[in-house]
Amino acid sequence: MTEEPADRLTRKRARTAWVFLAPMLVVLALVAAWPLLRTIWLGLTDANLLRLDQSKWIGLDNFTGKYGLLHDKVWWHAVKNTLWFTFLTVTIETTLGMVIALVLTKTFPGRALVRAAVLVPWAIPTVVSAKMWSWMLNDQFGIINHALLSLGVIDSPKAWTADPSLLMTSVVIVDVWKTTPFMALLILAALQMLPTECYEAARIDGVHPIKVFFKVTLPLIRPALMVAMIFRALDAIRIFDLIYVLTGTRESTMTMSIYARQQLIEFQQVGYGSAASTLLFFIVALLTVIYVVVGRVKLGGD
Amino acid sequence: MKTYKVVLSTSLLIGLASAAACSKKPADQSSGSAKDNGSATAPAAPAAVEIAISCGSVGKDYDSCKTGAELWAKQTGNQVKVVTSPTSSSEKLALAQQMLASGASDVDVFSTDVVWPGILGSFFLDLKEYSAGAEKAHFDAIIANNTVDGKLVALPWYTDAGLLYYRTDLLDKYKEKPPTTWAEMAATAKKIQDGERAAGNKDLWGFVFQGKAYEGLTCNALEWVASFGGGTIVGTDGKVTINNPDAAAALDFAATWIGSITPPGVLNYEEEESRGVFQSGKAVFMRNWPYAYQLAQAADSPIKDKVSMTTLPKGTGANARGAATLGGWNLSVSKFSKHPKEAAALALYLTGPVEQKRRAITAGYQPTIKSLYEDKEVLAANPSYAMLLGTFSSSVPRPSTATKGQYNQVSSAFFTAVQNVLNKQANGKAALTELAEKLDQLSHGGAW
Repeated sequence: MTEEPADRLTRKRARTAWVFLAPMLVVLALVAAWPLLRTIWLGLTDANLLRLDQSKWIGLDNFTGKYGLLHDKVWWHAVKNTLWFTFLTVTIETTLGMVIALVLTKTFPGRALVRAAVLVPWAIPTVVSAKMWSWMLNDQFGIINHALLSLGVIDSPKAWTADPSLLMTSVVIVDVWKTTPFMALLILAALQMLPTECYEAARIDGVHPIKVFFKVTLPLIRPALMVAMIFRALDAIRIFDLIYVLTGTRESTMTMSIYARQQLIEFQQVGYGSAASTLLFFIVALLTVIYVVVGRVKLGGD
Repeated sequence: MKTYKVVLSTSLLIGLASAAACSKKPADQSSGSAKDNGSATAPAAPAAVEIAISCGSVGKDYDSCKTGAELWAKQTGNQVKVVTSPTSSSEKLALAQQMLASGASDVDVFSTDVVWPGILGSFFLDLKEYSAGAEKAHFDAIIANNTVDGKLVALPWYTDAGLLYYRTDLLDKYKEKPPTTWAEMAATAKKIQDGERAAGNKDLWGFVFQGKAYEGLTCNALEWVASFGGGTIVGTDGKVTINNPDAAAALDFAATWIGSITPPGVLNYEEEESRGVFQSGKAVFMRNWPYAYQLAQAADSPIKDKVSMTTLPKGTGANARGAATLGGWNLSVSKFSKHPKEAAALALYLTGPVEQKRRAITAGYQPTIKSLYEDKEVLAANPSYAMLLGTFSSSVPRPSTATKGQYNQVSSAFFTAVQNVLNKQANGKAALTELAEKLDQLSHGGAW
């Protein structure tokens, strides 16, 4: 008998919650769900940008058909490039970000200034910094070649943005320059929350700092680190602007997003390009799920 | 939170501005009626409108187009807004497609490449309805190129063909003549490059062109292939012709330049990057469009009076010929334009004889109007036009008519294959065999 009013209260609360949630759900449906569903739907048609009204349903032909994505060498090359780029940048950015965060978490004069300065590369719009780097990496007039030549590191100017064996390196360097601050910031936030007791105990016991890092710091910040790495990886998988500005639409640095854009815009194949975008979406979703599951399993095992 | 505030204040501002705009009208009317002397009943001149035009951004494109558009605005009392566009023609096309496919009316007049009528034609107005026969003064071949299904979708603005630029001072110093074959060009370039580098001019290269993965590389490579007698990728009947020994030989020969007489960085150069190298005195030869000449001869140019141009070299082999890719730009009027009459008038003015003459004299743009090639003032400013007429006669069109809406895919497949050869990731024969298969697939065996 006493349960009933409480039950009613819960129901009333739930209703209120839905009312408050409704605006957000509507906005999400408009800006996220609708474009996504439309892209998936377009991916199942032969839509063409110049004749959008004449598109017809072709099922999975864009994926599995004779000329479908799964049979396109260029697409698989783009997938390989994207994953390789993601692996390289996330690894390097996490390591460097960790080092920077460990430095910035210590108190030293001018720390606030350094913290702000570190963020500058991340604050510049990607297209601007990519264009800036493309001039710095220019083979004839670039300052990078000039500096390396005068230091005697290289003996002839390198074509950073043209030579296929250097392209990926250049792109990774610029991305690391740009996004390491983001990783450093997230890790720094995690470091600031750590309890000081563990460190005091370790200091009293005379534990070596490196051991403290691996046994105390790293396990404690791991959840935050995981989130930061997932964020970065998802961002890296969608990489477009930086590579597009630096090297254009070239097969040796073509990523999934660049491939999708080329099909959608340059080739007017809205259907086929949407299919590529859909596949990109599913790859991102799949990796997220794997990452979260694996991360949780490991955390549970601790 | 901050963005939210910005959005909020911006929308507030917009709201205020539109409120102000709304309230302005009645005020104007009342002030008009206050000093009414019968002028309100007089027939009003047609309301001035603002026409947005998208010009190019390479070299003098923007300035010259802006000057011309403003002259028209002054004469007609309308206003013009010049919209900037990307330097790469591939990106320009992508932007135009996006705007037109979404039915945007932001740009009324588009500058369009000679290869676009087949791709974008359906979005443009038939200018015959406005031109009153003005198109008859232009070269017939360009008018034919711009006519899609009987509609004149673009008016010729200027024409272009690839040229070989060279440094007269360096050729004189080494007692070399302007080359007539690609082999001669390579030998001369190598000789001068080696000699100058030994003398301390360490950054000098022999030859620069446009090698980035974009439409420009298609233009360059088509010249090599055609000059070796290798055809035009796809024949006029739609058959894929690119897989032949002459074309393979041309690409293999071009690949020997990279790293030897041509900087490896050329594979990321567009027109302006190659001009940058040439104009700063770091190259002996350059392949480029005619626009580069007046800039290389400008007062602040380090190579002023040390530069000349000639027709592109011939290839070698039994079928060798001279070949220059036909380029050039047109003006088209969007069918979504809110002021089609004024937009067409602007396009007609800019492509008309007065403006083409002004642009030929001040900026060196090749007229598309035949009679201007006999105009004394034009010839005085551009003594090379007699030679250019010869270039136009040996020009090769890109296969955009035969491949219709799929031209971009053909061009992209072609320049990708060419880059693979230039990178030495494949030889000419292997790359072209693969390319031909791909094109056959795209066209369903040449049916397009």
